[in-house]
Amino acid sequence: MSKSIYQVFKNARAGARPTAAAYIEELFDKRIDLHGDRRFADDTAIIGGIGYLGGIPTTYIGIEKGADLQSRMAHNFGCPKPEGYRKALRLMKQAEKFRRPVVCFVDTMGAFCGVDAEERGQGEAIAENLVEMMGLQTPVISVIIGEGGSGGALGLAVADKVYMLENAVYSVIAPEGCANILWKDAQRVEEACEALHITAKDMLHFQVAEKIISEDFDHFDMMCENLKRELVEDICHLSAVPKYDLLENRYHRYRAFGVYREE
Amino acid sequence: MERLIRKVKEAFRFEHRDERYTCKHCGTEHSRKTLMKRYMVCPDCGAYYRVTPKDRISMICDDGTFKEMFSNIESKNFLDFPKYDDKLRQAKEQTGEKEAVLCGRGKIGSVPACIFVMDSRFIMASMGSAVGEKITRLFEYATKQKLPVIGFCCSGGARMQESILSLMQMAKVSGAVQRHGQAGNLYMPVLTDPTTGGVTASFAMQGDIILAEPKALVGFAGKRVIQQTANAAFPENFQTAEFLLEHGFIDAIVPREDMKETLALLCSQHRKVGKSA
Repeated sequence: MSKSIYQVFKNARAGARPTAAAYIEELFDKRIDLHGDRRFADDTAIIGGIGYLGGIPTTYIGIEKGADLQSRMAHNFGCPKPEGYRKALRLMKQAEKFRRPVVCFVDTMGAFCGVDAEERGQGEAIAENLVEMMGLQTPVISVIIGEGGSGGALGLAVADKVYMLENAVYSVIAPEGCANILWKDAQRVEEACEALHITAKDMLHFQVAEKIISEDFDHFDMMCENLKRELVEDICHLSAVPKYDLLENRYHRYRAFGVYREE
Repeated sequence: MERLIRKVKEAFRFEHRDERYTCKHCGTEHSRKTLMKRYMVCPDCGAYYRVTPKDRISMICDDGTFKEMFSNIESKNFLDFPKYDDKLRQAKEQTGEKEAVLCGRGKIGSVPACIFVMDSRFIMASMGSAVGEKITRLFEYATKQKLPVIGFCCSGGARMQESILSLMQMAKVSGAVQRHGQAGNLYMPVLTDPTTGGVTASFAMQGDIILAEPKALVGFAGKRVIQQTANAAFPENFQTAEFLLEHGFIDAIVPREDMKETLALLCSQHRKVGKSA
């Protein structure tokens, strides 16, 4: 019996799923967390650092939602502020300089919506990441581990490969927002979930994602072994590609998106 | 006979051109002719009317120099998204345009440039595949031709009716902006009322020089959403061009009557020596 898309969505947002920190801990050895955007602050919704991924020094960046209420509050419920995107970009540029691959873990309702975020240029911060990630001369893989919420997710997901966890979702707009706009009724979120096509299978179909990673949270270590194998294999492959081709392939990966009529 | 039809059409357009508009701000009525002479700024209170892409082109480009490009690209309801077909049909009927962005090349004060103008009447100038494709092609063309790009932005954000593919347009256009910039070309977005959401979080904020019209609403999140998230009071001028200037996110606010001159000056300051375009 397959779950409804709404169930999948609810579970991706608020279910008892491992958060970015759990994946990072399981996947990377000898880690060191790095902090701050060097401009304003250290955003708690985005964590990052350097660790060994199967022996390869790798930069990891994750949107952390927090595992319990207290840590959720501490991590601003996984809603990054501009300084979070700027910290992520700083770590990516650092990775580029030292020729490290980058692995991003995406799990957010969306970028934080607040007066302070607007004052510090939430739009500009994401926009800058999109441009810079398009030109980043090192391999980037993004893994959508829970909710991929709109531009706030894309700010860490311009990548050479995108993986979706089996029950993760990726959407242009929060389904509640969509229901509100479409039917002036936030209660019709189930219908919105259907209409928006947000599941991992949909992402594979649209070629927004290359891989679906199967979930087994009861055997999290084994699940992460499998994820690690996929990451290492792709990183080895991508690292062997000349920089020019890497960027050319990344450009065309995104260039191909869109369905329109042309007469 | 054909000439006669054209004449009748011309006459009709003239009549249409002299319709009257009411200022939303002060309620005064003016003829289109009067308003166009003043760049669609209310002569009584100075409020800015929103401008259609064709009017914008007539205010910015040297007469007869603009050539539209990629006008054959339009949206398609490929997901059978509820009400999208109706929305598209209504938008086309109301605007007489096929999509929410007009692209092309023209001359501004004799300097050649690529220009795109978004159309807020067309599903809030939201960005779907067609809008993303047209703007991407314009940047690719500009990169090949070594031309600057000037983009009059306004948008409600990504077009949700195209699901995740509309989100991907943000990355797609960003890629084209990146390449255009890497090749040493100038990109100047002009933020007009209202620029929000995914467009603010992509090409509206990726310019070498970012200009805005006075009092234009510019922001990432909607005010209602912000109110729901945090019950904070909004500072004065919140999410206006003036607010962005104060916080260091745009280069200048340019009144509409000075826009052409300003763009022409900036383009000529960046004109590459020893090449023809």
